[in-house]
Amino acid sequence: MSFRTDTGGAIDRNTLLRFTFNGVEHTGHPGDTLASALLANGVHEIGSSVKLGRPRGVVAAGSEDPTSLVQVEAPFSEPMLLATTVELYDGLVARGLAGQGKLSSEPDPARYDAKHEHCDVLVVGAGPAGLVAALTAARSGARVVLVDEQNQAGGALLGVDEYLDDRPSAEWVADIVAELKSTPDVLVLERTTAFGMYQDGFVLALQKRTDHLGFAAPASVARQRVWRIRTRQTVLATGAHERPVVFADNDRPGIMLASSARTFLHHYGVLPGSRAVVFTTNDSAYCAAIDLAESGVDIAVVVDARPEAPARLAAECAARGIEVRAGQLVTGTEGPGRVTAVQVGDDRIACDALLVSGGWNPVVSLFSQARGTLRYDAELGAFVPGRELATVRVAGSATGELDLTACTRQGRDAGAGAAAAAGFTSGSQVPLPASDSRCTARSGLVLWRVPGNDDASFVDLQRDSTVADVLRATGAGLRSLEHIKRYTTIGTAHDQGKTSGMIAAGIVAEALGVELSEQRPTTFRPPFTSVSFAALAGRDRGDLHDPVRVTSIHPWHVQHGALFENVGQWKRPWYYPQPGEDLHAAVLRECRATRESVGMMDGSTLGKIDVQGRDAGEFLDMLYTNMMSNLKVGKIRYGVMCGVDGMVIDDGTVIRVGEERYIVTTTTGNAAKVLDWMEEWLQTEWPHLDVHCTSVTEHWATIPLVGPKSRAVLAAVAPSLDVSNEAFEFMTWHDTEVAGVPARVCRISFSGELAYEINVTAWHGLAVWEALMAAGERYGITPYGTETMHVLRAEKGYPIIGQETDATVTPQDLGMSWAVSKKKPDFIGKRSFARAENNRSDRKQLVGLLPVDPAVLLPEGSQIVETDRLPEPPVRMLGHVTSSYPSAALGRTFALALVRSGHERIGETLYVPVEDSLVPVTVTESVLYDKEGARRDG
Amino acid sequence: MTVSPLAAWRDRLAALAPVLDVAEVPFRSQLTVRVSDPDAIAAMGATLGVLFPSAACTFTSGTGRFGDVEVLWLGPDEFLVTASPGLRVTIEEVLRGALGTVRGSVVDTSAQRTTVVLQGAQGREVLAHGCSVDLHPAAAPVGTCVQTLLARTGIVLQVTGEDTLTVLVRSSFAEYFAAWLADACTEYLAVP
Amino acid sequence: MQLIPCPWCGPREEAEFHYGGQAHVAYPGDPSALSDEEWARYVFFRENPSGPFAERWSHNAGCRRWFNAVRDTRTHDLLAVYRVGEPMPEVTA
Repeated sequence: MSFRTDTGGAIDRNTLLRFTFNGVEHTGHPGDTLASALLANGVHEIGSSVKLGRPRGVVAAGSEDPTSLVQVEAPFSEPMLLATTVELYDGLVARGLAGQGKLSSEPDPARYDAKHEHCDVLVVGAGPAGLVAALTAARSGARVVLVDEQNQAGGALLGVDEYLDDRPSAEWVADIVAELKSTPDVLVLERTTAFGMYQDGFVLALQKRTDHLGFAAPASVARQRVWRIRTRQTVLATGAHERPVVFADNDRPGIMLASSARTFLHHYGVLPGSRAVVFTTNDSAYCAAIDLAESGVDIAVVVDARPEAPARLAAECAARGIEVRAGQLVTGTEGPGRVTAVQVGDDRIACDALLVSGGWNPVVSLFSQARGTLRYDAELGAFVPGRELATVRVAGSATGELDLTACTRQGRDAGAGAAAAAGFTSGSQVPLPASDSRCTARSGLVLWRVPGNDDASFVDLQRDSTVADVLRATGAGLRSLEHIKRYTTIGTAHDQGKTSGMIAAGIVAEALGVELSEQRPTTFRPPFTSVSFAALAGRDRGDLHDPVRVTSIHPWHVQHGALFENVGQWKRPWYYPQPGEDLHAAVLRECRATRESVGMMDGSTLGKIDVQGRDAGEFLDMLYTNMMSNLKVGKIRYGVMCGVDGMVIDDGTVIRVGEERYIVTTTTGNAAKVLDWMEEWLQTEWPHLDVHCTSVTEHWATIPLVGPKSRAVLAAVAPSLDVSNEAFEFMTWHDTEVAGVPARVCRISFSGELAYEINVTAWHGLAVWEALMAAGERYGITPYGTETMHVLRAEKGYPIIGQETDATVTPQDLGMSWAVSKKKPDFIGKRSFARAENNRSDRKQLVGLLPVDPAVLLPEGSQIVETDRLPEPPVRMLGHVTSSYPSAALGRTFALALVRSGHERIGETLYVPVEDSLVPVTVTESVLYDKEGARRDG
Repeated sequence: MTVSPLAAWRDRLAALAPVLDVAEVPFRSQLTVRVSDPDAIAAMGATLGVLFPSAACTFTSGTGRFGDVEVLWLGPDEFLVTASPGLRVTIEEVLRGALGTVRGSVVDTSAQRTTVVLQGAQGREVLAHGCSVDLHPAAAPVGTCVQTLLARTGIVLQVTGEDTLTVLVRSSFAEYFAAWLADACTEYLAVP
Repeated sequence: MQLIPCPWCGPREEAEFHYGGQAHVAYPGDPSALSDEEWARYVFFRENPSGPFAERWSHNAGCRRWFNAVRDTRTHDLLAVYRVGEPMPEVTA
């Protein structure tokens, strides 16, 4: 049986859409929502409740609906959508949910997007008040954004058949929208929900751009967009939601808000049933009764909770043969699922729909999010906006005003006020329309609930929370609404209590015997309606999830089969496997080639900072633990940097390139941090110093050329450079040409081998790399990655900041007292070295560990204990393994570790729990390879 | 043999036409200048034939012995001088000369960032998908130069013409920027 | 997303900024003259008021300048910003 009217509604009756719900095929029309199409087909049971499994239907026509949760299955599976906000499209497949959906395990093929928008006046809501506000602001010349969650403007007017100024309200709406859209710098966004309001006029709004197109949605168009709106002034014309009354068995499908039934009738051409009972506390439901009666619904009775029915409306009902019973209540319902009868006093009245109105709740969510305070309006029985905010105005029924002309006057005032506050003088005045509406919602009775079976009187239909639950909470001594909300879970579902929150507050106040004006409402938090993570992620996913930083030589690494390691945002070659090689095999080969002949890596990611100025030396003396001002031009020194707490924060080399100029290098991960650190001291502590720091990290490509044959390879590509040990000493640099390109070559080694670091502008990086590869071919030059670099440095006991250190490690702990100046009167961290804590003998110190079984590789991060058998917990932990590798040079495995009193324990045997066994290890000095440094000069 | 950060992206960027004409302008000479002394600033400007910008978040341009030169405000004592390729060594020398013994610094940062020019009426629209700074012509007129974030990378954004935007992006972030831009243009390309 | 008014670049989104903790905590003139306790006070101790709080911010993604701001810790409202070296302005929370 069809419940579609013969005429009316904003639907295209000439076009048929096929859809499937719970496995059954139905039809609907463009303009339908899934909910309206189902109701038109007589389908009221949508899903079932989350805890009790009771059938659930459609309560409201819009986004405030607490019950019509569905999972859309096609074109893409998406959970927890409201049937009342899913626009119907051909081929839609959906099913009702039992309170919970399921995320798809497939990647969502749709595109998502974000866009920033700036305006002078943002208007939220395109109902009568919002439209007039927006037009008033637009006529003043302000930049205006108008957002509205419906697919067309009109707000509450969409659900009525009223006339404004003697013409259909839709025409009045269309005229305003047309003028707005033709005004420059005015943006009208339909299907757009402002879901969050934050500080400084920042509003997030979700626009559903192609959801309604279903299978026909173009793949290139972002399905949803998060608008990041920054506005100077905001007008909230967010309207009001009708609220129900709670009574026993009030959760059956077919029980619906009266105004929503009216909306289904006028906007969708859908009847809620054949025979309806109307239960109201105010005038507004009379219009639903009259309109539905005129459309052919048998209105069994209007039950008005007030002692007297309004005379004029009662007469209009009588004229249509509708019985009105004043001073009565609906006390219960019956039905196998959908409602089949209603109990009114002693009468059982058969019906297939029960339309309820308990009054109106202004939508104050965004106002509250913007830190607006709320005040209880006893006549309305609702929280309304309190004191106006400097940048946020409220207009229309969101203020509690329910008369249309008054609402539009508020809109005009708010629009003009907002524009004026943003510095615009008003243009020509927008005339206010007069409505022919018969019903206003004021002069209602505030009624939260009808006494009855508390266990079946549902406050939050989505959470299955009942009056009994609320009374249990108050009975347990809870008084704050925030506590009761959490105890009962009322208002915590997808709808955030849009229809239930106010009623819960009312029932609590009654139970506690307090005034609602003394109760603080629960805090409204974003999002106003559900927003998918996909929409929030926007285009920040896949390759764009996080920037991938690459060096100028990166294409070569890719071409030569490198596997990559993420170091911060950088992609660094990890190792270059040859056919059949795994990590260990490749790294052993790369290490061996480098120590025995020559290897090369891409070190471009190292941070590089140009430090210039007369006081550069003095400045670096303060930043590094060792002396830098006495470094001679042409020389290089290794340096350690500490925080004021004396803990190591970075290390690197300092290259003196001129009397007043240094280049310092930082670790890859800390480049930005170290520059910030320098700027912080220079700008906030020592602005008198003549020093300037400039990042040149990406200006230079840096190529370490490492191994006994590196000198020969360099000589081949730098013919004008004297590469002899005498002319080019360790820790010095020379400017020269490498492969015909201006280059700065530094003799620095992070492996203990003879090594050079070749710096050229990044533009030349790839060409110079290739030239070095060619020149090194006769020596079997081997590109190596970060893993080999780590092994080579670990064999020499060189720590990696962030691997051997963790912000609790001093230079002394690392065995680097040699890098801490005793001469300098002060440097950052120095005073902390004298603290008692820094001088405890049981500090964790860096040592080497050699597993007694040379084939055992210790997992990095393993704990270290003293005994070969674990005592009862708590077990005293001596430290942990920071680095662990097999070594080609040592012919065995080895590790570095931070161990309590480690320096004193050299020679001791300690134990490392690995899975179920305790692996014995010998503590050694951290330098394990070439202790005498014989290999440094080649 | 030199390679610019977006050399491999040339065709993909060109394919964003007609929405935007996007091209990398590689190998520009770029010098980071730190100076606050007004006389030194004037002397540097005179050497280049362009007045240094005095207002925050703007840039200036002029023509002199090094051809067309732009000076970008990066901070209260920080500027970026940009000029045609091949001039970085000479310009560094003359700027250092103009600075003399006055407190300040001059650093060649030519390869630190690459330059991308976006031409087209929709440039501001496209960048608004990732840039929180107001790019409305009234708020960002020609001559504007802001350092800000575009999606997840820092950029220097110059409004070089009514419908022309110039983006300077760190070399290592250039491919991310290009990929982001291409993605943001997708929808505009689809509209006939 | 809060706006922070950089004294140089004007209001920008907070994502462009870096927090630097309490302002006006000067590096001691002669750390070696301080007792362990006095030094620890400088290194580890900071105010944590409920209300106006002078703190340091850096416009990291913009002009990279450090500046000071008075923020009401109860509301996050920035009551004033001022440049390094300038005295903390009078504010009414």
